[in-house]
Amino acid sequence: MNLQSDFCGIRSPNPFWLASAPPTDKEYNVRRAFEAGWGGVVWKTLGLDPHIVNVNGPRYGAVWGPDRQLMGLNNIELITDRPLATNLAEIKTIKRDYPDRAVVVSLMVPCEECAWTEILGQIEETGADGVELNFGCPHGMSERGMGSAVGQVPEYIEMVTRWVRNATRMPVIVKLTPNITDIKYPARAAQQGGAHAVSLINTLSSITSVDLDSFCPEPAIDGKGTHGGYCGPAVKPIALNMVAEIARDTQTANLPISGIGGITTWRDAAEFLLLGAQNVQVCTAAMTFGFKIIDEMTAGLSLWMRDKGFESLDDFVGRAVGNVTDWQYLNLNFVTKARIDQDLCIKCGRCYAVCEDTSHQAIAMRQDRTFEVIDEECVACNLCVNVCPVQDCITMEQLRPGQLDLRTGRVVTDERGDWTQHPNNPMSASA
Amino acid sequence: MAFPDAITEDSVKAGKLSSRQIALNFTDLHPPLDEHQAAVEAARCYFCYDAPCIAACPTEIDIPLFIRQIASGSPETAAITILESNILGGLCARVCPTESLCEEKCVRQVAEEKPVEIGLLQRFATDRIMARSSHPFQRQPATGRSVAVVGAGPAGLACAHRLAMKGHDVSVFERRTKSGGVNEYGIAAYKVVDSFAEREIEWLLGIGGIAIHTNAPVESYKDVLRLREDFDAVFLGLGLGAFNSLMVEGLQLRNVEYAVDFIERVRQAEELTDIAVGNDVVVIGGGMTAIDAAVQSKLIGADNVTILYRGDRSRMKASRYEQQLAAHKGVKIVANAQAAAFRGNGRVEEIKVTRSAVAGRDGLVAERLPADQVFLAIGQQLVEPPLKLRTERGKIAVDSFGRTSLEGVWAGGDCVAPGDDLSVTAVAQGRDAAEDIHASFGES
Repeated sequence: MNLQSDFCGIRSPNPFWLASAPPTDKEYNVRRAFEAGWGGVVWKTLGLDPHIVNVNGPRYGAVWGPDRQLMGLNNIELITDRPLATNLAEIKTIKRDYPDRAVVVSLMVPCEECAWTEILGQIEETGADGVELNFGCPHGMSERGMGSAVGQVPEYIEMVTRWVRNATRMPVIVKLTPNITDIKYPARAAQQGGAHAVSLINTLSSITSVDLDSFCPEPAIDGKGTHGGYCGPAVKPIALNMVAEIARDTQTANLPISGIGGITTWRDAAEFLLLGAQNVQVCTAAMTFGFKIIDEMTAGLSLWMRDKGFESLDDFVGRAVGNVTDWQYLNLNFVTKARIDQDLCIKCGRCYAVCEDTSHQAIAMRQDRTFEVIDEECVACNLCVNVCPVQDCITMEQLRPGQLDLRTGRVVTDERGDWTQHPNNPMSASA
Repeated sequence: MAFPDAITEDSVKAGKLSSRQIALNFTDLHPPLDEHQAAVEAARCYFCYDAPCIAACPTEIDIPLFIRQIASGSPETAAITILESNILGGLCARVCPTESLCEEKCVRQVAEEKPVEIGLLQRFATDRIMARSSHPFQRQPATGRSVAVVGAGPAGLACAHRLAMKGHDVSVFERRTKSGGVNEYGIAAYKVVDSFAEREIEWLLGIGGIAIHTNAPVESYKDVLRLREDFDAVFLGLGLGAFNSLMVEGLQLRNVEYAVDFIERVRQAEELTDIAVGNDVVVIGGGMTAIDAAVQSKLIGADNVTILYRGDRSRMKASRYEQQLAAHKGVKIVANAQAAAFRGNGRVEEIKVTRSAVAGRDGLVAERLPADQVFLAIGQQLVEPPLKLRTERGKIAVDSFGRTSLEGVWAGGDCVAPGDDLSVTAVAQGRDAAEDIHASFGES
């Protein structure tokens, strides 16, 4: 299967890149990544000398599932803590040895045009394929006026992006922070500044936990903690939404997106691609399992593409964007009811407990612990489906046009009807 | 029939296995969960609504709640939840046939035949709280009332603790030299390692207000009446001290004895290498006692161990799990087989076995089974003569509050009808009787 990717002119043998982060901090790691089969890397963010320093205590905090499954990871690591020249030399070597892979360099320097101009010249000499502007990191650097301090002000994004465009002919990717209210504005600003693409999301400001004995947030450095950047499987839904928001915004619809945020398996990647990302960047999954996961990702995506009859990424990138809409356009005449498969039911009663306590009292509990949906009360909220421990035991069944909805007493119609037409809407077209 | 000379050496002897091997054989039957295992197992609980496991527990422990408390990293809070319902929760976690109680009703048992390991989780929680130096419950101010509890088994101890908690003074009269009853004397050693039963009682007494008098038998109805005079209430947790009889020729032969005596000898042994077992051990019976005796004699070094059960396997009182455990340890279970006679010259040497007709087969097959040691595990009964209390099928009759026919006297545990011979049921009855005794003080 052809997984060849072309991301705003940067070619890679597959759409799986390693995001700018510890896995791409050094030649040694990147070499291992390319040997393992990764399509590209975004080198760990470079800054100006003198290079920054990191804490010497723990850099990561975590949220675990019961079997220590890593659900979310939080870090207080800063950008690279090695001299600029060291990084540049290694980037050059890597690009020379792996010409078919994407090597993009992440950058973060102070908000002065000369600083950007200076570093961009040096990056170009390495032969790197492009740059990614780190306007995302929410910790440490943002307090120094960089990272998300830029990404949270659309005017700054536009200004700096324009400086960079003026200073280089390399493709420019702007990495966005999710620590904002509406992702469309930073994306539009990047586009206005001339960005070739955006990548998102960077990490979310977070405190993962507080030690109940020391009263200190984790990770603790000598009795104190600070907020870090949160990533991993837990942030994927937030990232998917932000990617979709940019993809379906008419102003940025044609702006290439590199999807980032909790991508752990090929399925996650496929979802990002369907929502408009042209490639994906992975970090936490690699930091949890090592680089070998790339084999699962490429094989899984290939097989799915074959099953769907897709020959290249272009065949399906953005296929789901048209299906993302605003709430007001959802069809209110689409009616479903929960259905419990009694053969699969193990009688735990969770559906009953949650429906009775927190929802619509639409499940009846019979004498022998048989649970049945009360159609007169069921609003089809899906909570029972979501809490049921048995897959496919509770499902949603669509009422067909002509059938009676016992809750509303109305016959289901095959006509569409959304909020814009609803009589209760003062702004309704029919009102 | 010719038998070997009686002067030959007794084949029932000690030291068949090295002490190292025996120590290995008698390690904890179910090793305890560590913290991570407990967290993973606790996460398997679905926190069922009106959970079936609770209803299946005679003491009605709020199982989903205590498991959620373990999952949330507070095993000691979980232990309080357990102990509030069952003060001997630590012991029950070890000896309860969970496979036919809470775990049988676990929805995951129904769904995937792999229930949440409720017993092991209960042990995880109770072990942690017992490792603390202080007793977790507090005694209410002294009421000045006093209660006599007869028998320091599970029923008596549960009753005593609940009464002490309410502020009453409790005197426990135990006929044997050690407290604990069946938990101390009548359960296989590999289920209760490291003197757990003893340690648990010591911990239980931490509530205060309980005085235990050992070697203090209450033997007659007159004794009971005297206790009723001296105390404000009496609770009888007598257990079953006598044995059901077997009408079989050869009972008097050497090396034929009751299984509970063997089990007690094993439990009380300083060194398990001192316990004598035969080459061919046969256990008559089909309950937990039969399994405990059979498995232990195998673990001590008997070559062949056979359980003879007169009925069908499905009718055995020992659960399927217990039967599997026995099979796994190398015990052969022969169902539909009855001992017709024990034979031997002074010592038992073989058993004449009558096999009942099995469905689909005609006639009876007579067999001779070599047996140099025989354990009878055919059930126990109330010591005769039963007190002059109303009885039902040979056991003390009580109402739903544990009241006997004699005012001021309550009873619970194995000595009351109908009885299921479970420690956990005894705990529930002792506890509930204590609540009723306490309530009755309010009435008067």
